[in-house]
Amino acid sequence: MAEEKNEQHLNVKEFDRRSFFVKLGLGSLSIATAGTAVFAYQFLSPNVLYEPSPVVNAGKPEGYPLDSVTLDVNSGIYVIHAKEGFFSLSAVCTHLGCLTAWKPELGIVACPCHGSKFKRDGEKIEGPAPRPLPWYRVWLSDDGDLMVDRSTTVRSQQFLRV
Amino acid sequence: MATSANYFDQLRKTRVWRSIFRSGTGTSTLHRSLVIQQDVFLHLFPTKVRRRMLSFSVSWYLGTLTFGTFLILVATGILLMLYYHPSVPQAYADTKDLQFVVSSGLFLRNLHRWSAHAMVFLVFAHMFKVFYRGAYRPPREFNWVIGVILLLITLLLSYTGYLLPWDQLAYWAITVGSNIASAVPVFGNKIHFLLLGGNLVNANALLRFYVLHCMILPLTAIFFIAIHFWRIRKDGGLYVHGSEPGLSATKEER
Repeated sequence: MAEEKNEQHLNVKEFDRRSFFVKLGLGSLSIATAGTAVFAYQFLSPNVLYEPSPVVNAGKPEGYPLDSVTLDVNSGIYVIHAKEGFFSLSAVCTHLGCLTAWKPELGIVACPCHGSKFKRDGEKIEGPAPRPLPWYRVWLSDDGDLMVDRSTTVRSQQFLRV
Repeated sequence: MATSANYFDQLRKTRVWRSIFRSGTGTSTLHRSLVIQQDVFLHLFPTKVRRRMLSFSVSWYLGTLTFGTFLILVATGILLMLYYHPSVPQAYADTKDLQFVVSSGLFLRNLHRWSAHAMVFLVFAHMFKVFYRGAYRPPREFNWVIGVILLLITLLLSYTGYLLPWDQLAYWAITVGSNIASAVPVFGNKIHFLLLGGNLVNANALLRFYVLHCMILPLTAIFFIAIHFWRIRKDGGLYVHGSEPGLSATKEER
């Protein structure tokens, strides 16, 4: 019994003023470290981006003849006028982000970087691309211009009839 | 007869010299070791080296040559910075100016480029040499780890420098490379966003890569190079085949 008491006494004594301040110091240091990490992350993430708008004005639908595939290099989209109507595909390869090209002689979309191939409706023919080219939302503006929203993908086979 | 050596001895005895170099004059072993020990740069190195460690066959001087290319890259890189603006589209024009307008610009840019290639080659050659000689084994295992970090820094320096000319090659290489970063599970897209400072390879990305290439990565490299050199001394000097004292790992070779 006496020994047990002694041990307890020792345990109580271990938590003295010094260990309290050590714990306090280490605790505040860890909080400061976590805070610094949060501040660093927030600082490194830009709040305002001066990037081009995701909405692209593709011009009048009459500018796209039937069965044509038109690549807009600057915005990275295809505007395609199919028999079923208009649609827009991302021209950015789903593999590593290269700009693909339409091959009219083969009737396919091909990526120059690593050889991925897609059908005209974005469906993947062969890799290394993991996914088909996404379809973007397309609508007509009040002025009758073809509009494409690059930030909104839609299910495939959703054509815009003009 | 007053030879140049005598003049040097006189110089070493002057008060100014003694105020800078405390080790004093003399050619005794003590003085010579003090010269090494009391110099902020030289103290990283051992005061005493076995002659065999310095022979060509031990290291092929690959580590020293790598450090040599690093010094060339720092010197030429600082000079290139004087004519380069990390902004769109000025960066491309500045690169062209360096090649066709600035005196010696072509020479400096090519020296920077070829040294960069040589450095990557030499780092790999150095690591192969260390690996096949078994010089990575204890007690040098930690220095191997530092070496792997230095390899990664070298590759990151090459990668960040690749974007700076802001030509088609640079643009698409960084587009592809940064998209590889987004393949990291869970945090991939965040890493991509932080690396580029946006969603596209753009002005923010160019500036970030410039700061990484010219400040953050070189300073990190210098920090680890210092540890790397210092560890050579701490781990008993360069590895000389079959002359390691009392190490079980090398017993069968002796």
